[in-house]
Amino acid sequence: MTSNITSALPINNAGLACSALLILINVSLSIVFRLGLAASLLKASARMVVQLLLIGFVLQWLFQQDNAPLIIMLGVVMSTIAGISAVQRTKQRFIGIYLNSLVTVMASSALITSLAIAGIIRPVPWFTPQYVIPLLGMVLGNTLNGMTLGLDCLMEDLCNKRELIETALALGATRWEACQEQIRNAIRVGMIPTINSMMIMGLVSLPGMMTGQILEGASPALAVRYQIVVLFMIASATALGVIGVVGLAWLRLTNREHQLLLERLQTRL
Amino acid sequence: MSLEVSESNMQCSKLLSAKGLSRQLGERILWRNLTIELVKGDRVGLVAPSGSGKTLLMRNLSLLDPLEQGQLTLHGRAPAEWGLPMWRSHVIYLNQRPVSHSGTVKQNLQSILLWGNHRHRCQWQENRVCSWLATLGRDADFLEFDAKRLSGGELQILALMRAMQLDPDLLLLDEPCASLDTTTTYGVEQLLHTWLATDKRACIFTSHDVGQIERFASRIQELIP
Repeated sequence: MTSNITSALPINNAGLACSALLILINVSLSIVFRLGLAASLLKASARMVVQLLLIGFVLQWLFQQDNAPLIIMLGVVMSTIAGISAVQRTKQRFIGIYLNSLVTVMASSALITSLAIAGIIRPVPWFTPQYVIPLLGMVLGNTLNGMTLGLDCLMEDLCNKRELIETALALGATRWEACQEQIRNAIRVGMIPTINSMMIMGLVSLPGMMTGQILEGASPALAVRYQIVVLFMIASATALGVIGVVGLAWLRLTNREHQLLLERLQTRL
Repeated sequence: MSLEVSESNMQCSKLLSAKGLSRQLGERILWRNLTIELVKGDRVGLVAPSGSGKTLLMRNLSLLDPLEQGQLTLHGRAPAEWGLPMWRSHVIYLNQRPVSHSGTVKQNLQSILLWGNHRHRCQWQENRVCSWLATLGRDADFLEFDAKRLSGGELQILALMRAMQLDPDLLLLDEPCASLDTTTTYGVEQLLHTWLATDKRACIFTSHDVGQIERFASRIQELIP
């Protein structure tokens, strides 16, 4: 970001290995308290290490590329993975949930990222991967969390409140009037992590991107400016993503005859 | 010309007509080619063994469940012409186990009057509701009760008031007195009897109480596969 190359102190392989030992704390806790998490903790750790090392190489190569279609394609791939992951952790699903998620995540993140790139940060050329890819990545990572929470909450609420909703429908409510409480709640739940993290930002947490820039020798003042832009991007993309995916799910689980179609829901085994 | 008039008069007394209704539950046929004609003032006792789909038929008539086969009309107009929410404002289905929102009984009754379909049709008429309650042996205090702490029977009263205030043409009553004591049950019958007759409405009801069907039904509709 800045031209002075006072880069961070290097971490050698032995240091990396030492840091991996920290996960043993979690593993032993899991064994002692029989949480049954040991296997998935180890698997997640291994995945995290491999994925990050690989992406380190990929990014190093990518940042030297000067090819707009390639960057856009990468963005699409990232969004697709985010769209699929957003649905992967929900307790229930319905036919079309993946499509809903993909459409929403692509529309919201593409809109917000391009607004920020074109209107605020303005790198030259506009597709400079060093800016586009990390920004998009951060937006996607947060949007997908909100979408998962919102979707899960909506589907669960519609099931739990089925009798209340059908009573409303039976008394002449439209599908919106009958479900609006559940929809509002799902959107609220989807937005909670973003709002929480903005509330405590800087006081409790120093976000990863900012930490990285500061370690790299960027001035904290500049790092903070980037962070502010990123947080606003995240907040707006999450809002669009949550509203989009919850709204589409609601449309899918009701119909034009104002009937509630919970038989479309399947519980994940 | 005169012929048309008399025909339209006949149309007027006819409320709901259901033709060729069929419904299956998996492989099992619940009913097939069912025809129901309701005229004003009808009190139809729906009789069939448990699990034979009485509730499902009522849900079909109020179109809470999609129709698998057949046609419905109300006053000669199809559901699509009414719009589904409007259809259900005229043909109200009352669940066996009613539910309520938090808040008082009165708030429960009033909140639904704000919906788009009711806003211009119905108004909060406390006197009318209180006179209904009086028939059931309840005074106006009932309106201030916390709806979340009502007993099963009180919930059924709440549900009945909630539906009646919308001036429906047809009530679909699924075990309306299941949780009520004998006195209140007679009260409900008397209230419905008068209310249905004065404003030319109709109802279909189910009951496990054979005595109630004999007392209250003006005719019986059997549900046979």
